[in-house]
Formats: sequence, C-alpha cells, structure tokens
Amino acid sequence: MSILQVKNLHVSVDTDQGAKEILRGVDLTIRSGEIHAVMGPNGSGKSTLAYSIAGHPKYKVTDGEILLDGENVLEMSVDERARAGLFLAMQYPVEIPGVSVSNFLRTAKTAITGEAPALRTWIKDVRSAMDNLKIDATFSERNVNEGFSGGEKKRHEILQLELLKPRFAILDETDSGLDVDALKVVSEGVNRAHAASDLGVLLITHYTRILRYIKPDFVHVFVAGKIAEEGGPELADRLEAEGYDRYVKA
Amino acid sequence: MSAPVQHGLTEHSHGAGVPLQIRSDRLRSSSVADFPQITKTQDLWRYLDADQLKGLDADVLAEYSDQVSFSGPAGVSFEWVLSSSAPVGSIGLPEDRVSAAGYTNASKTLLVEVAEELVSSEEIRIAIHGDSSSASALHIFISAGKFSNTTLILEHTGLGVLSENVEILVADEAKINIVSLQNWDKGSAHVSAHFAKLERNSFLKHTVASFGGDLVRITPIATFAGPGAEVELNGVYFAEAGQHLENRPFVDHAAPNCKSRVTYKGALQGDKAHTVWIGDVLIRAVAEGTDTYELNRNLLLTDGTRADSVPNLEIETGQIEGAGHASASGRFDDEHLFYLQARGITPDEARRLVVLGFLVEVIQKTCIPSLIDSLTNLLEEKLNRN
Repeated sequence: MSILQVKNLHVSVDTDQGAKEILRGVDLTIRSGEIHAVMGPNGSGKSTLAYSIAGHPKYKVTDGEILLDGENVLEMSVDERARAGLFLAMQYPVEIPGVSVSNFLRTAKTAITGEAPALRTWIKDVRSAMDNLKIDATFSERNVNEGFSGGEKKRHEILQLELLKPRFAILDETDSGLDVDALKVVSEGVNRAHAASDLGVLLITHYTRILRYIKPDFVHVFVAGKIAEEGGPELADRLEAEGYDRYVKA
Repeated sequence: MSAPVQHGLTEHSHGAGVPLQIRSDRLRSSSVADFPQITKTQDLWRYLDADQLKGLDADVLAEYSDQVSFSGPAGVSFEWVLSSSAPVGSIGLPEDRVSAAGYTNASKTLLVEVAEELVSSEEIRIAIHGDSSSASALHIFISAGKFSNTTLILEHTGLGVLSENVEILVADEAKINIVSLQNWDKGSAHVSAHFAKLERNSFLKHTVASFGGDLVRITPIATFAGPGAEVELNGVYFAEAGQHLENRPFVDHAAPNCKSRVTYKGALQGDKAHTVWIGDVLIRAVAEGTDTYELNRNLLLTDGTRADSVPNLEIETGQIEGAGHASASGRFDDEHLFYLQARGITPDEARRLVVLGFLVEVIQKTCIPSLIDSLTNLLEEKLNRN
C-alpha cells in the first residue's frame, strides 16, 4: 500500500508580467487502488497540478509539499520521480525524432526497473499490450509520437502506463480529442493497469464522459487553483447535469 | 515542397536576400588562376574565413605524400597514373579555387578500377592517414565497370591539410556504394570535391560521414549522363567546439527518368561548432520524368552552435515526377527531455538516445555492418565527452 500526498501546494509560472500563481493551496491524498477524478473548467489549474507532480521545470512550487510514502517528491528530479513510481500520461505528448517506439519503451523499462528486461518475454509483453490497445505492430518501428494521430498518441501513453507499471498514474485529459471507440480502448487500458497492480489513479478531465468507463472512487472539483468541492461518484453526475457554472459564478 | 511540421524545429529560409547564381552557369576550370582569391564575399565561401583553409587556397600545393593504403577483392585494380593521362579529368572540372589547386598540383592520380560485372561483398578500402600539416593535393579516380556491384570506403584519419578531388564513374547498369569518412585529428583541414558521373541505369549510393577535423568541406556533385539512373547522396556529421563541417551536395539532372534522394543530418555541440549544408538540385530541360527529394536536418545540442542550411532547386522542365525539399534546424528541446525523463530516463541517457537515433538512421543506410558499429561507437564517445 502506497500513498501520494499533496499538501497545501502553491505553484507559480513565470510570465511576461512576472510570476503568476496558478495553484493556491491544493490538498489531495491518493492511496494505492483508488481512482480520483479531478474535474474543472478550463484554466482552473488541473494540468498544472499534473505537471507539478511530475516535476516539469516550468512550474515553480512556492509552498507546500508532495510526499510519496513520506518521501519528499519535490526534491527529486523528473526521472527520479518516474523511477519512484509516478507516471504522467500527457495531454500533448511531444514527437521525439530519431527514437523508435521499441527503443524508447525498452530504454524506459530498463530505467524504471534498473535492469534490461529479458528480451523474449519483453517482446511478448509489448506485443500483447499493443494488441490490447489495438495498436498496429508497425508502431514499434515508428519514431515516438512522430506523425501519430491524436488517438494514437493517447493509446501510446496508456501503452507506456501498462508496460512501466507505476504505483500512481496521473492522466492529464487523456480523454480529450478521442472518439468513443478510442475512449473505450484507452479506458480499458487504464482499468487493466488499475486491476493488475493496485494502481492509484489521478484522472484529470474536463468532461464526465470518461467517467462512464473509468469509475472514480472520489471526485474533486477544481476551481481557480484549488479544490472547491469533493465527493463520491455522485458529484460527477451532478456536474454532468449542471456544469461548472455554479462554481465559476460563485 | 514545405518542411514537415516537427516539434521544436524552425523552417529554413528560402535564401531571402542571398544572390543565387544559376548552378549551370558556374565557372568550371582546372586552372587556379581562373578563380579569384577566396573571400567571404563569394557565395561559395561565405560561411568560412580564408584562414580556416590553412593554406589550401594557395596557387601551389605539395603533392600528397603521406600514407595512402588500399585493398579490395580480386577484380579491383589500384594504380598510380599520371594525372595528364586518361581517364583522369574526364568526369568533372573544379568549381572552386581549392579544388582547382588540388587538381593542378596532384601530378599523379590513384586510379581504382572495378572490373566489369564484378559483384563483391568484400569492401574496397582506401585509407588516407596523414601526419603533416603542409597543404597538399590528392587526386583519386574510381571507375565502376558496367554491371559491377561493389562497396568502397574512403577513410581519412590522422593530421592533414588536404585538397582532394575524387572522380567517380558509374558505368551502365553498375552499382556502387561509396562512403567517404572524415575522422581527422585536430588541426586538420580537408576540402574535397567529388565528381560522379552516372551512366545509363546505374546506381550510386554516396555517403559523407564527417566527424573529426577543424575544417571539413565536401562538395559531392552527381551528374546523370544517361537515363534511368539513381543516386542517393547521404551525409552525417557531428560538429564539436570550434569545428566547421560543410557539405554542398549537387545533383545535376541532365538526363531523363532519373531519381535522386539527398539526406543529410547533423548534430552540433560546443562553442562555435558550425555546420553548413547547401543542397543544390538542377533539373535541366531534357530531364523529363525526374524524381528528386532533398532533406537536411540539424540538431543543436548546446548553446553557441550554428547550423546553416539552404536547399536550392532549379527546375527547367515541368514534365517531372516530383521535386521537393525539406530543411530544418532545431534545438535539443526541453520538452523532449521532459518527456523522456518523465519515463525514468536520465538526462544524459535521453540526450544519447535522441542524438544516436537521429544520426544512426543515416549511417544505417550504408548497409555496412562494421561501419555502422564503429561510427555508432564513435558517436557515443563524443556524446559522453559533453
């Protein structure tokens, strides 16, 4: 059982007008096996929370803590956080010219586990994970995200999630830009990873649509850089019916 | 015709403000005196200072006298012949002053002849190993006989200040895979003009791999002299602090139904690492059915580096299959680094992964396993140095 704690997190970014505070005191605790949905309108800071946990250098933590089983995550580099068991499925995965998917996956797996995976079982694992996500076998030889469609990029993110087996996954609007079929495939992947390894999930989304396929245990409504309301799955139903207007106008 | 969109890359300029000379009108002569003293105001030399040539722009150069060794399968002959004798000089005439100086001052030429119909997987090797910094001249003539199919590696190591002319005749239906490897020691300057003539239905794969040397400037010219021929001009380079690596490939589509592919990729790391790529393609009126594409990509790994990249396409007929170019130079991007790090990969490993992937792709096109291994190792060493 692991635990990821975000305590009173304040985060700023540098702008032309000086530092701008985006997160204004976020508190959130996720345990292994739990699925938390963070929902909120555009600009509320949802993605900033995701990137801050992963350690993107653009986001400056000005106050608060992030702890993984009591360890100070904020003192870790980006790659150390990943090796400690944190995974960020990105909203806009970048293209990496010259690096094939197969080379990338093997290098990442080696980095995470500290030793190169046994080739025969690894190839089998990759192939079956790709089959499950309906990813064509030719993907292995393509460069990472290069020329991928929006849906292919998201499936590739979930492929990594399934192969790298982190303790906690942060899914940053993984549902955006997906048609219903792709959304189902991606959701099944998340559910498989969740069931297989007691994964803790922080699911960041603008819409309730994905929550029909991935059932959250907790729902947090994010407004203006902090959590405005928390509850169980029923809160998502209410958001679906009423939208965010109630929070934004308040 | 436009460069594909790629993250973190900027598109090349289309030579705005640069006076473009029509390639076919360029002066060709074996006489040094026909070319003016080199200055930065000349389009051919605008990216370097004359003193970087370490004396190669002089009227008189020494005959190259350091080690030249060669080997190859039976059916390949090596002979030093007088440069005044045939077939030397039959393929191309110098287009610049340094090439002309090399041409005039090399009284002998290494003639490498591949017998007709010789098909061999054993590589032909010419190893040039210098140990002097006096400006000198070398001339090589490679003749691939009709229906032959061979591989040739031309390797340059040690210390040298060399003007080199390489003539390449690819006869009817012949195939030759040539790699020119420049891995000179510090203090070296190497200016080399390659002139290739492709006869009917022939195929030339030509790879320039430049890594070591203060200045390395290679100008491969491929001219289609018969229909149905195909050329692949590939290049890979890695410039470190203070190095100037320049490539100016030119494909002259002077015959119909020929195909050309030009692919050059380079990485730069360290203060004042400078690369230049000028890719010219001329499709003459007679060259109907031409299919051509040229590409240059540069990866800037550190601050203080500079990559110049200019593709030029002159088209004199509309009856072609296709003509395109792409050129882009980009930084090693923080977002690339973040993405890879977010998967547990250390920053050093991430850089290594990206650069090797980027460059090895070109090296693999040579299809020479021993060379692919040794150049990959060489690149790893360079990356570890930073």
